[in-house]
Amino acid sequence: MPDTPATVSREEVRHLADLARIELSDDELDHLAPQLAVIIDSVASINQVAAGDIPPTSHALALTNVFREDVVRPGLTADEALSGAPEQEQQRFKVPRILGDEQ
Amino acid sequence: MSTDWTRKTAAELADALAAGETSSVELTRAHLDRIAQVDGPVHAFLHVDADGALAQAQASDERRAAGGPASSLDGVPIAVKDVLATKGVPTTCGSRILEGWVPPYDATVVARLREAGLPILGKTNMDEFAMGSSTEHSAYGTTHNPWDLDRIPGGSGGGSAAAVAAFEAPLAVGTDTGGSIRQPGAVTGTVGVKPTYGGVSRYGLVALANSLDQAGPVTRTVLDAALLHEVIGGHDPLDSTSIDQPIGNLVEAVKQGSSGDLSGVRVGVITEMSGEGWQPGVLARFQDSLDLLTKAGAEVVEVSCPTFVHALATYYLILPAEASSNLARFDAMRYGLRVLPEGVADPSAEEVMRATRDAGFGPEVKRRIILGTYALSSGYYDAYYGQAQKVRTLISRDFANAFEQVEVLVSPTAPTTAFPIGEKVDDPLAMYLNDLATIPANLAGVPGISVPNGLADEDELPSGFQVLAPALADDRVYRVGAALEALLAGEWGGPLLDRAPALEGAAR
Repeated sequence: MPDTPATVSREEVRHLADLARIELSDDELDHLAPQLAVIIDSVASINQVAAGDIPPTSHALALTNVFREDVVRPGLTADEALSGAPEQEQQRFKVPRILGDEQ
Repeated sequence: MSTDWTRKTAAELADALAAGETSSVELTRAHLDRIAQVDGPVHAFLHVDADGALAQAQASDERRAAGGPASSLDGVPIAVKDVLATKGVPTTCGSRILEGWVPPYDATVVARLREAGLPILGKTNMDEFAMGSSTEHSAYGTTHNPWDLDRIPGGSGGGSAAAVAAFEAPLAVGTDTGGSIRQPGAVTGTVGVKPTYGGVSRYGLVALANSLDQAGPVTRTVLDAALLHEVIGGHDPLDSTSIDQPIGNLVEAVKQGSSGDLSGVRVGVITEMSGEGWQPGVLARFQDSLDLLTKAGAEVVEVSCPTFVHALATYYLILPAEASSNLARFDAMRYGLRVLPEGVADPSAEEVMRATRDAGFGPEVKRRIILGTYALSSGYYDAYYGQAQKVRTLISRDFANAFEQVEVLVSPTAPTTAFPIGEKVDDPLAMYLNDLATIPANLAGVPGISVPNGLADEDELPSGFQVLAPALADDRVYRVGAALEALLAGEWGGPLLDRAPALEGAAR
């Protein structure tokens, strides 16, 4: 395999994982970083396509202004909505602290 | 000697039910017994809901006795890919992060199956969050190909395809984001259809990439696929991308195709889908099928879709971008796994989220989330995601140009037959190449079918023939697919799956 161009470094992968809220161990970083470099290098070929003035497509068959009748319809009960919650209290999702002590 | 109901097609089972020759309870029991017998080595199912299926079968029999079957498939059992929410039945998406999750609601596809009276046998295995082409990325173990248990069944819907190929279910539902219905169909000798984007509701389908995902039929015959498609398809107000138009008369299209006459039908062979990387035996079977279509009266021509060579790169930018955004919902707060970081007193919500996502997601999911985060990050957005969206337009234009010249486009469904388990599991690029031929249809939203078209000479394993049609012309893929199926069955003297090994022996 040829040396992979430095399209993405180990530190960059750590930063991206941080943005994506995934804690990666050093072993995982060692394994993932070179694979991501190979993938990114491979998809970079897309920049060879001359597409300057081509409009982007976000959806294959785009629909606009999709509305429904403004009528009440049944939804989940509180118990149903909470049925998969890791923790709950007083009919609410119980979550870990959001802020630090000093905040 | 009693009938082995598991060997019958869904259409035959529906006829037998209508004629009073059997009951839904008997059919459901037969398939549950088959699952108990062979699913150890095949591992197509993540969860078998015997009690639920039998209760639905009982209700079906009572409905029929009262004179009112709910649909043409009322009482015919089915398996459902574990990416569709099933009320009261676990739904994991093949991921640890959803281990044990029991949805409080049904996906629309599942609700339609229930309304139509199809007992749901259980949930089928898949690559985690449908990311993969082999089911090896399932957190709950790999599914094995019934043709050779040491090989992959395709993916991500390998469980649905293997369940049908191993006669554990006459019907299954899959989902196809880049080929996850069609490629498993090809490598297991079964039929798989990806409908037009928006043709089948995505409500309750756990999203991988919203703009690409589409649920569809996984079956052993083209007629069975059309019967199932008519049950699950059609407009759903709960899905804002659902098309508010009739899906067409698909069963009628199959009947028209089964006559084997394709006089005047123009068939385009995609130039870009052959050459290096394509297994010779797969290409040989493809050529045989083309010869049969020509003999049946079709006019076969070559059509170039030059931008298709960039489809794989386009897909591997758009899909991870959408997936990284979609999978942000797994935050350890409202449902699913919650893992506390080690050695941290009073961890914050963000620390819990990081630890949970590390523990709950497998390597392929992490790869794609990070890749998507990269493609969407400032500084790279225009060069990667923005550019991919433009090339996506060019791919749609290639389809539009091609469909001005021909009624359908064809190619081999997958470049190779089933490969050995383990061969590509840690080589993402090699894995991604399996979807080379199926990805363009997802990017453009057009319908496609894979029909089993023989065994490759090198390894005696199944190959698939893909038919693509313009958006909303799903009937064309059924007509041409049914014609090819009929012509091949005429040559073989029976369906391809008759040549698959008996699994009882393989269980040893």
